[in-house]
Amino acid sequence: MLLRAANLDKSFGGVAAVQALELAVAPGTVHSIIGPNGAGKTTLLNMLSGIYRPDAGSIFLEGRELTGLAPHEFAAAGIGRTFQNLQIFFNMSALENVMAGRWLHEACGLAAALLRLPALSRAEHRARAEAEELLQFVGLERWAQAPSDGLPYGALKRLEIARALATRPKLLLLDEPAAGLNPTETREIDQLIRRIAERGITVVLVEHNMKLVMEVSQRVLVLDQGRRLAEGDPESVSRDPQVIEAYLGVEAC
Amino acid sequence: MSRKGFIALALAVALLPLALTNNYTYDVAILVGLNAIVCIGLNLLIGYAGQISLGHAGFFGLGAYGSAILAARYGWPPLAALASATVAVSIIAWIIGKPVLRLKGHYLAMATLGLGIIVSVVLATEDRITGGPDGMAVPPLSIAGFVIQGEKLWYWIVAAVLLGTVWLALNLIDSPRGRAWRALHGSEVAAGAIGIDPARHKLAAFVLSAALAAGAGALTAHYSGFITPSKASFLHSIELVTMVVFGGMASTFGAVVGAAILTTLPQFLTVFKEYEMVLLGAVMMLTMIFMPQGLVPTLEKALAAARRKPR
Amino acid sequence: MSAQLVQFLLAGLTLGAIYALVALGFAIIYNASHVINFAQGEFVMIGGMAAAAFVDTGLPLPLAAAAAIACATLVGFLLEKLAVEPARNASVVTLIIITIGASILLRGLASLVWDKKIHALPAFSGEAPISIGGATLLPQTLWVLGATVLTVVALWWFFNRTLTGKAILAVSHNRLAAQLMGISVRRVLLVSFGLSAALGALAGILIAPISFTSWDIGVMLGLKGFAAAILGGLGSGPGAIAGGLALGLIEALGAGYLSSAYKDVFAFVIILGALVFLPNGLAGRRTTERV
Repeated sequence: MLLRAANLDKSFGGVAAVQALELAVAPGTVHSIIGPNGAGKTTLLNMLSGIYRPDAGSIFLEGRELTGLAPHEFAAAGIGRTFQNLQIFFNMSALENVMAGRWLHEACGLAAALLRLPALSRAEHRARAEAEELLQFVGLERWAQAPSDGLPYGALKRLEIARALATRPKLLLLDEPAAGLNPTETREIDQLIRRIAERGITVVLVEHNMKLVMEVSQRVLVLDQGRRLAEGDPESVSRDPQVIEAYLGVEAC
Repeated sequence: MSRKGFIALALAVALLPLALTNNYTYDVAILVGLNAIVCIGLNLLIGYAGQISLGHAGFFGLGAYGSAILAARYGWPPLAALASATVAVSIIAWIIGKPVLRLKGHYLAMATLGLGIIVSVVLATEDRITGGPDGMAVPPLSIAGFVIQGEKLWYWIVAAVLLGTVWLALNLIDSPRGRAWRALHGSEVAAGAIGIDPARHKLAAFVLSAALAAGAGALTAHYSGFITPSKASFLHSIELVTMVVFGGMASTFGAVVGAAILTTLPQFLTVFKEYEMVLLGAVMMLTMIFMPQGLVPTLEKALAAARRKPR
Repeated sequence: MSAQLVQFLLAGLTLGAIYALVALGFAIIYNASHVINFAQGEFVMIGGMAAAAFVDTGLPLPLAAAAAIACATLVGFLLEKLAVEPARNASVVTLIIITIGASILLRGLASLVWDKKIHALPAFSGEAPISIGGATLLPQTLWVLGATVLTVVALWWFFNRTLTGKAILAVSHNRLAAQLMGISVRRVLLVSFGLSAALGALAGILIAPISFTSWDIGVMLGLKGFAAAILGGLGSGPGAIAGGLALGLIEALGAGYLSSAYKDVFAFVIILGALVFLPNGLAGRRTTERV
């Protein structure tokens, strides 16, 4: 197992967002988390990336415990993520956003930065090239030099993915990557997620779009009111009567 | 852009003495240079790392008094005093920065404001050491026995330090570390998600900007031959922030331009001495309302837009 | 209790009442607009100086006070309309610079319209000191404390019992929802600034007989009022009052027992300590950022 989370609890001001949650993600898979609004999906992702500290429970990545570490330490351990509410660096160009993502792999002391030592110059060239390649991978090569606040919404969602990929994660958490996208753009995201999985990166996906989830995942976890409702492969989950009831309500006669 | 800008600045600095007619104009130019050095550092903190400091004159004052006291009361060689004062203030900034930078927005503004005021009151009150509100005399700078005096000589020294500072700042901004600071400003949450430790980097920006302020303060003290607590006052802190924001946040050249304009403007306004405050206040308000990005970025955008217009 | 302690406590409460009024002004404006109005101290200055000027022209004190408060309220409206509204969506730093610029502008205007001399207002009910427990009390102190209590009660009634007051509270909780309910945010902002200006001016008039007034008393008072508002938790009315009183007492006790030269510093040292250990103030809410 690449990622293992056990007995996760998280409450906010008395309201339990997540209760006794277990999660096991196998390497090289695409694992989706679905559920109605308020089910605790984003809370779970925030715990898996260190933004929230679980009230109880533990999180292990490749056997190493990450519970209680700061977000940047989660990132250093190999977990990358995108955000439901875009957190693009709007004060930088698209290319610079992706270059920023390479931070973990660019040793840069303060002295070297101030004096612009030759080794740094060379490293900057490499950084630029790698960032351009990533932009191409997500289909944004024509936006490279553009200020990021000039990109359309769909492009920004892909830019966040490119930035997260720049951290060379073992595990990529995608928080509603298709939210607000039209069917064409959703298909593109679908293909992008497949390409990411082909590169060997494990993906955990939070989504509302059932079609996308069914097509792209190997395993699906259904949450409802902070608890696990069902888990399994997409086929069996979509036929589970409890899932149907929670998502679609009881059929009216 | 930045390389061309640097060359332009170097040329401007080299050619400026042709326009400087007397000691007074040299003095203004030197003051501009010294303010610009502080502003570049403050700009790194406010414009790039996205923090705020309403008490930076405190670091300036500490650097100035530190060097002055070591040189005047303890007889240290001025260069050693200057270097030591800068290092000491950097250490102080490192110590207080750790807890203070956990704060955000208005709370951080209040904390830095409070620190600045505490420093200025202490400097004015401990008159046995500092000479009190009337200030103290400072021995001139000397390197290996050669005494540096006179506006012309100081001009070249300040020019060299300024160009050096600009060069360092430009390098920093264009490096992964610079991007990390800008990421912090863009979105602290996302910066954490790509492995950037906000606390460490905010502290680095804070200490660096404090070091620049202290160094410039020490230079000012030795240049003027005199130092008063007003250099550490709240008003001075506000003037510095205004120069940075007016010239352009996240723009090193903006910091220099802002320092240049807002240092020389009051000199022209001495005629209107009574209206000086009214005009300063009006300038601050109008620029921020109509040019919130600051002068240089607004001009850059206007130029870029004009270039893109079809002919 | 020793007479000296009583003396310091009374001085502290008097000072604290003034800080509380200034801090309330900060809180009201911050709640409505998320702007820190660094010009708040200048309203205090305008209150005292205008009242003194009106008294000099022969107006009886109550009328002079009312006129001065009206002047300050007008300045508050102008500040909101001309400086804050055009920059509604600007960043925190930009808005801070704008209001600081406004405070510098107002101070400059004050030195031109009036002068740079120190002025005094006559005490409201005479100067004969009253003796309480060995300590002497100026009658003006009773006016300060009494007026502050009445003002706080009036504000409570205003915010909880009148439509305008409730509208202001609604905007402070959720601007969009308030707009959707038909509340004019623009009017709410204007009223907030006017109200804060009036509070500041009142404070200035109350304190002028005791500690006099001049063109630049606004700076320190504004900064300390801001500190008091932060101490109490930015945006909390009760917090502002508590913060103001706490600050006044700390300053008076510190100046009396420790060092009067460092009088101004005690407030800021306490604030720094509070900020470091209580990042959201005494009564502030811990907010979590939604991602």
